[in-house]
Amino acid sequence: MTQERKAAIAGIHEFPLRVAPGVSAMQIKAASLKAALNDAGLDWKDIDGLYDAGDGEGGGGLGLAAYLGLRPRVIDTTQVGGSSYEFHAAHALRDIAAGRVNVAITTYGSTAASNRIPIGTGGRGGGQSWSANMEGPYGSTLISNYAMVKQRHMFEYGTTTEQLAEISVATRKHAMRNPEAVKAMTDLQFVKVDEITVEDVLESRIVADPLHLLECCMVSDGGGACVFVSPEVARNIKKKPVWILGTGEATKYRENGGDITTSAAAQSGPPAFAQAGVSPAEIDIAMIYDSFTITVATCLEDLGFCKKGEIGQFIGDGHLAFDKPGLTLNTDGGGLSSNHPGMRGLFLLLEATRQLRGESTSQVPGAKLAVAHGNGGLLGGTHTGGTVILAAD
Amino acid sequence: MPNRPQPHFPEADTKHYWDGVKAGELRYQTCDACSKVNFTPTAHCQSCGSNALSWHVSKGEGSVYTYSVVRQNRIPGFVELGAYAVAYVDLDEGFRMLTNVVGTANPTTDISIGQRVRVEYEQQDSGEYPIPVFRPI
Ligand SMILES: [Zn+2]
Repeated sequence: MTQERKAAIAGIHEFPLRVAPGVSAMQIKAASLKAALNDAGLDWKDIDGLYDAGDGEGGGGLGLAAYLGLRPRVIDTTQVGGSSYEFHAAHALRDIAAGRVNVAITTYGSTAASNRIPIGTGGRGGGQSWSANMEGPYGSTLISNYAMVKQRHMFEYGTTTEQLAEISVATRKHAMRNPEAVKAMTDLQFVKVDEITVEDVLESRIVADPLHLLECCMVSDGGGACVFVSPEVARNIKKKPVWILGTGEATKYRENGGDITTSAAAQSGPPAFAQAGVSPAEIDIAMIYDSFTITVATCLEDLGFCKKGEIGQFIGDGHLAFDKPGLTLNTDGGGLSSNHPGMRGLFLLLEATRQLRGESTSQVPGAKLAVAHGNGGLLGGTHTGGTVILAAD
Repeated sequence: MPNRPQPHFPEADTKHYWDGVKAGELRYQTCDACSKVNFTPTAHCQSCGSNALSWHVSKGEGSVYTYSVVRQNRIPGFVELGAYAVAYVDLDEGFRMLTNVVGTANPTTDISIGQRVRVEYEQQDSGEYPIPVFRPI
């Protein structure tokens, strides 16, 4: 199949601090944008497309343009939770290919750690809605949604915590090679800032049965920015472009008689791979939203890296770590061990870009193809899936 | 008495359901056009869009589809409960609802997928609406 190269990632930046008291989310967005433009060799005035998830104090297409001082021709405030940035990449590809925009940006900023926001263990927000009325009385935490997926996955397929723990072990190994992740775990006062074992995961306390603490992502500050450009602009940027080959979008939610072990990725993955003209077996790097181990497990299955229910065996075959053959997972350390300010979908694009440029701290030699898959909302409940296939120049 | 969050009204889609709960009934809808079960309640059928929906009263029995025992939370009304079980229960009439499974000595060991459960209505300090929860049969 032919691979069309109609849009590229030209510049990236990840805000380095995971604990950033005294800084606003909007300041993180602006500072990250400046650094990402510099990474690309582009200017503030080059921006003609604005994509934003509405994060920060007064963000969104309305507020962020005013704050940054931009006059974009395309404005898109897609907010679908943590996968918003994969959706932004999808929309940027579409809008750039249509000739409507040449330099598009998405930015992210969050002070979840400094503001002590209980992302995982807090309940759903109050308010008066059909969903709040039906779900609010039951004390369902964010984590318990994911835990219910793991419970059912273990029941149906015999998946074990020992198998899923390898996801935590591999991402921690990558995190220990990433100085920003090491600083994050230190600043957030992790009990053990070191590589971990399967036994460490099994012995960590249970937060929501059957999910252990070391299967859960951290809560940090953070943010970043990503610049998407047309092929014409890509010819003159500072670094090699990383091409967006294909994208897919989907939502999924509680359905009567539905299968909770299958995520939105089952719908978003196939069109992304088809548009890209590649198969899962060709992918070198999988950047998968690791809010929890089970998120990675179900999404890898749904994206077609193995059959539904066979993730335990797939992991047992020795994938995941950057220095092993096979598929490599989350080389920045992921949400489990590098950062999770609430919506980490942006970081999937950033680390995939680093790998395809050859800049990762856990570099896979000659990495050519990557998938970034974001999961927003609540796996097991209402959630979104955004899949982006990326290629080296 | 427990002190769970109450439903809030006016809210057009779920009022009839909660009026049912107050009357000791677990109400659900089916679609007159496509005959599918519709839950959570809405004014349109979530399978075909039809507005011709009929209300029924469930027998209140079903099976645990999946569950999680929450050990750590910061939700007002739940912090003081200790470990409690959040679950999806598949009612025999074909709808799946988020709920709690209550009444076990140790929810981690005493609840299982496929377990038969029956609805009961737990009175609340927090307001006039009892909350439908499930207990193993
Ligand atoms: Zn219908």
